[in-house]
Amino acid sequence: MHKVLGDKRAIALLLGPALVVYSLVMLIPVVWSLGYTLFEGNAISGFEYVGVDNLARLFSDPRVGEALRFTLLYAVIITAGQVLLGYLLALFYVFVLRNRGSVVRTLVFFPVIIPTVAVALMFQKLFEIAPQTGPVNGILNLLGVESIDWFGNPVSAIVVLVIMDLWRSMGFYAVLLYTGLLDIPDDIMESARLDGATGFRLVRSIVLPLSLPVLLSSIIFSINGTLKVFDSIVALTNGGPGTASTPLTLYMFQTSFSYGEYGYGASIALLLTMLCLIVTVFIFRSSRRDVTKG
Amino acid sequence: MSTATLPETPTSLERGRRRAPVRRARLRRIPGTFLIALLVAIEVLPLLWLLMNSFKSQDEFLNAPTWALPRALNFQNYADAWVTGNIGHYLLNSVLAVFPALFLMLVLGVAAGFVLEVMVFRGRGGILLLFLAGIMVPGQMILLPLFSVYFQAGLTGSLWPLIITYTATGLPLTVFMMATYFRAIPREVFEASTLDGASIFRSFRAVALPMARNSIVTVGLVQFFFFWNDLLIALTFTNSSQLRTVQVGLLNFTGQFGATQYGPLFAAICINVFGILAIYLVLNQRIMAGLASGAVKG
Repeated sequence: MHKVLGDKRAIALLLGPALVVYSLVMLIPVVWSLGYTLFEGNAISGFEYVGVDNLARLFSDPRVGEALRFTLLYAVIITAGQVLLGYLLALFYVFVLRNRGSVVRTLVFFPVIIPTVAVALMFQKLFEIAPQTGPVNGILNLLGVESIDWFGNPVSAIVVLVIMDLWRSMGFYAVLLYTGLLDIPDDIMESARLDGATGFRLVRSIVLPLSLPVLLSSIIFSINGTLKVFDSIVALTNGGPGTASTPLTLYMFQTSFSYGEYGYGASIALLLTMLCLIVTVFIFRSSRRDVTKG
Repeated sequence: MSTATLPETPTSLERGRRRAPVRRARLRRIPGTFLIALLVAIEVLPLLWLLMNSFKSQDEFLNAPTWALPRALNFQNYADAWVTGNIGHYLLNSVLAVFPALFLMLVLGVAAGFVLEVMVFRGRGGILLLFLAGIMVPGQMILLPLFSVYFQAGLTGSLWPLIITYTATGLPLTVFMMATYFRAIPREVFEASTLDGASIFRSFRAVALPMARNSIVTVGLVQFFFFWNDLLIALTFTNSSQLRTVQVGLLNFTGQFGATQYGPLFAAICINVFGILAIYLVLNQRIMAGLASGAVKG
């Protein structure tokens, strides 16, 4: 038995190819990318050793500070929005729609799988000001408000971005949290109801504490995704107006491929990776402490 | 509405009291119904507007209000998007990059997931962790070395960089999800097939694969959307307009026509959105469950 299930040759044949491809295309490039932080240049012009110049530049470059601030702002707003809206929708599914909600759940989920580029172009047109007045400005005009140049100033551009990303992703978090809510045992809910807990109080004292684990994994998943946001910003605002909505991911992309500075690009990528790592570990730690404290 | 609370003749009061619970239940349902309607409107209206606009002529865009219905069901925009806008060509590129990658990734990932969960050897947990770590690494961390290598190897003029990169970036989640599925199959099943004299390859092919068929389809479906909707990798490795995937093509769509041609642009977006919708209409339950299970890894 052990000879078959521990057959070295079989293990090598079945696991080997995946491990080789994964190592060559992901693990080695990660290490290689770390090495790039010590050089400057690009694939076409060649490289030159610069030591820790790139890493030092990270701390003095005002655009890195700006991109870092925007990345964190975006991650916090979108994570809070996604999880909060998703949770409200999940509660709505469980308590209002109950078993009849399959069609609504399916419908609200659909934008999750629409290509981001298509969604972004649609939102550009929805919020357009000229030459054609888009529906949003059209409604504002009907209400007697002047058209707003949504993509012309940083705050309103970010507002559109937030609306778009929430529209796109709330159905996903709703389904994720909904399955979590369904796992709450019926008898606990029933006995809470018998004790007179209803509505808001039922949610606050029974549902919320019992769905904390799935809420936590939603937050971790969400923040990991939002720190890496790229598609929706490139397609909607391309970082603008100016550089107001440029996250680290996009700044890294521009540095590397528009300016051909691979070394500095790799340094920004490293900063991004460290950020993801630190935030995830931080959330894990703080949640564990809360649980032990009760 | 308020008859139940108004002091009226005894008979109507009595009738009111009898009806009150029914009415109150119906009243309580009004906010729910309103919320459902609101939710449906938020999801459907933008898409409906999109579809409507894909039939309009340039003149209608500039001279009629944006919510006016199209004057005719005109498919010219679709023809323009497909031919002049090259959407047909870009779709072909996407298919040629995504499906080979999907196939390779599933072959490699399912076998690896099987070994890491069913077979017994030292370092098993470590290798699984190594794959897991890949889920967290941002794409930006591997793009530059890969670009250098593909450039040196002369692959940049083909779709190979996309196929290779998709295959590898899809592996961590595939291995992880497949390992989870194989964990659900009782070990006795494989021990029994071994006792019956099956080699491990035969157990894999004749026992594990059929039992995991549903899971493999789910993983494939989840990864299909990741690959199909990817922009970062496609944007990095498609340096000529001939190689653009549908997402990159759509991003640069306006450039194909010079000035913004609204009709073809909306038609191109519609092709992208409603093509996905067709898949979603058939497989929605599976897609929702699959994507949700892929997230719990967090």
